[in-house]
Amino acid sequence: MKYVDEYRNAASAEKLMKEIRHVVTHAWTIMEICGGQTHTIVKSGIDDLLPSDLTLVHGPGCPVCVTPLELIDKAVAIASRSDIIFTSFGDMLRVPGSEKDLLAVKAAGGDVRIVYSPLDAVKLAQQNPEKKIVFFAVGFETTAPANALSVWQAKQLGLKNFSILCSHVLVPPAMEAILSSHANRVQGFLAAGHVCTVMGYEEYIPLASKYRVPIVITGFEPIDILQGILMTVRQLEEGRAEVENQYARVVRREGNRSAQELMQNVFEITDRSWRGIGIIPKSGYRLRDEFAAFDAECIFDVAAIHTQESPLCIAGQVMQGFKKPHDCSAFGIQCTPEHPLGAPMVSSEGACAAYFHYGKIRF
Amino acid sequence: MCLAIPGKVVEVDAAVSPLMGKVSFGGIKKNVCLELVPEVKIGNYVIVHVGFAISMMDEEEAQETLKLIEQMNELGNE
Amino acid sequence: MNEKTIDLSNSFACPLPITEYKNILLAHGGGGKLSHQLIKKMFASQFKNELLEPLHDGATLTVSGTRLAFTTDSYVINPIFFPGGDIGTLAVNGTVNDLSMCGARPLYLSCAFIIEEGLPMDDLWRVVLSMEAATKAAGVQLVTGDTKVVDRGKGDKIFINTSGIGIIPDGVEISPRHAKIGDRIILSGTIADHGIAIMSVREGLEFETQIESDCAPLNGLVETMIAANRDIHVLRDPTRGGVASVLNEIAESAAIGVTIVEDLIPVSEEVRGACEILGFDPLYVANEGKLLAFVSPAAAENVLAAMRSHPLGKNAVIIGEVVDDHPGTVIMKTRIGGSRVVDMLSGEQLPRIC
Repeated sequence: MKYVDEYRNAASAEKLMKEIRHVVTHAWTIMEICGGQTHTIVKSGIDDLLPSDLTLVHGPGCPVCVTPLELIDKAVAIASRSDIIFTSFGDMLRVPGSEKDLLAVKAAGGDVRIVYSPLDAVKLAQQNPEKKIVFFAVGFETTAPANALSVWQAKQLGLKNFSILCSHVLVPPAMEAILSSHANRVQGFLAAGHVCTVMGYEEYIPLASKYRVPIVITGFEPIDILQGILMTVRQLEEGRAEVENQYARVVRREGNRSAQELMQNVFEITDRSWRGIGIIPKSGYRLRDEFAAFDAECIFDVAAIHTQESPLCIAGQVMQGFKKPHDCSAFGIQCTPEHPLGAPMVSSEGACAAYFHYGKIRF
Repeated sequence: MCLAIPGKVVEVDAAVSPLMGKVSFGGIKKNVCLELVPEVKIGNYVIVHVGFAISMMDEEEAQETLKLIEQMNELGNE
Repeated sequence: MNEKTIDLSNSFACPLPITEYKNILLAHGGGGKLSHQLIKKMFASQFKNELLEPLHDGATLTVSGTRLAFTTDSYVINPIFFPGGDIGTLAVNGTVNDLSMCGARPLYLSCAFIIEEGLPMDDLWRVVLSMEAATKAAGVQLVTGDTKVVDRGKGDKIFINTSGIGIIPDGVEISPRHAKIGDRIILSGTIADHGIAIMSVREGLEFETQIESDCAPLNGLVETMIAANRDIHVLRDPTRGGVASVLNEIAESAAIGVTIVEDLIPVSEEVRGACEILGFDPLYVANEGKLLAFVSPAAAENVLAAMRSHPLGKNAVIIGEVVDDHPGTVIMKTRIGGSRVVDMLSGEQLPRIC
């Protein structure tokens, strides 16, 4: 596949690794933000091939993992209603709520459907006027334009039976939360390439300078990750703290203006609770008041839910880079993909899932 | 974040709103919403996430990156 | 593990802890970890006998001195018609293949239909014609059957069960437990074709380029292989759960380690593209016309050559070997030179966005 295979090339990988080994003279801790990047790293075995001086820690870039427990419980409550078709991306179905997950709701007879695109959910609403269609709009900035467009489209079509349950989160506030923590040991970042495709990277420049950390906007293929690591390490070795763009074939400094405009018309910034981490101010999106008719949280009066996290789950610490998945006492024992205690073990972008599936505990 | 794949635009349907088209991913064609890349033309490569093209691929930049890596080590280590 | 008894009497205690799953999930039929657990803990533990124990694709029975293979399989696929085949071809070939994986020559099949009220007669006729053609192509006969009809809404168009018997020739000893250190692992052709062909028709995931199921009877290929060299230790067709799950099952069954090389695994261009888009790993996607063979190193080249001379094996390739490291675990050397564990399928492969 063009523009995919070239970035999985073994010879290129070897060259980059050689150069990294040549450049590294100190121990450095680098965080890759996005769960998709974590998976590439573990799936290709990159972390085992890097010099031992380099420590890669994993960031909170898994929107499935950070969706607050209350919202999962709300989703479960809404999906259990008989007049609802509850639609979601595949990843959300196995995320554990306080009592059950969406897959269990489906097994018990709820109409829970996987969609590939939010526009599919809009189409379902058109095709099923007697039902209410709710779409679980989870994601970082990458997915926000698509979700915004689907709400916009629903409004244009005059649909009365479509709404979204919104759990949108933003990367820069999360990075700032990590950087401003006194326990932070991250010295450089591989920023999320697809988030920056939409948002551009201007908002990272003040972060890099305030906290004196290199931030390299990085793609998702093994070659991208290796090149991103190389660029970050070069900055660290040279004492620089700038924003650089490894993913230049897709990311522009200003991002996608059409997408940003659409998002601003439909969403506004709000405080958001991140599962395992807590409330981060101004770190998410909610629907603007004029779109309240499409906001599932406004429409469905879901009674006060008593949330209960597993006391053993240290997801928050893993996602902020303080611990690795196998540092968790429950990892692989009480907590497995079949019986997850927290979201990172079931999300396809979760660090715990990556470590479990690719056998990090066995070496 | 998230799964976004590069593909080649093979059809554009300007008659609908939002703008739609067909993108080919190594031979598989899928309907993709092109509303977010209004300047797109047939033959361009785009990055597609959840059924939406979110950016155009800058093919020159892509080649530059690959060339840079090709040339690495050939110049010898400093 | 905690176990809650359903009844005061110990003999009614459910072997799968009630606290685990109160109900059957789709994943219990997926061919991965949960399926495995269900079969081992609930079924195999109840019907304990040494013929069932290997939990291979079929059972090997000796009746009056003749070794027979006996297998059964049910087909519940949706959609019932798909590019490259239909539920009928699957029902015949699937059972023919299970017998072949025991090293047997498939001879006779039974067939039971469970039909949903309202199924168009034309559809049923199409399925029957397909089955007839498939039995001819495989050289087997359908000798007994049963038909049931259930109320509308209580069955998904049509479910088919086929059972089959075949004869295992003398000197053929094929079973997952026979895998030996040093065995070469041969894959007969491209993977994930069937699973992706199915996905391409299912609601909501439509692709425009036709990817066809690889559904085919493998008995001819297996006969060619055995004729070339009998030192074949294991045969398995990687159906639900894909190559990854099957390799894990064999590794666990024989307590051996398996290493495979990513670069050597054949995947067609279109299927790769589809897997990229869906976020599927081809190693976990179902195949219906491919096999994995564990062959002694001395026999490997012969068997490979024989496979390549057969239409269903022309893309056959050695993808790895059996090692005495990491018993029970499958490790893959990745394209960029790293390595990772290839685990058994967990739950269902759900299409990803993230």
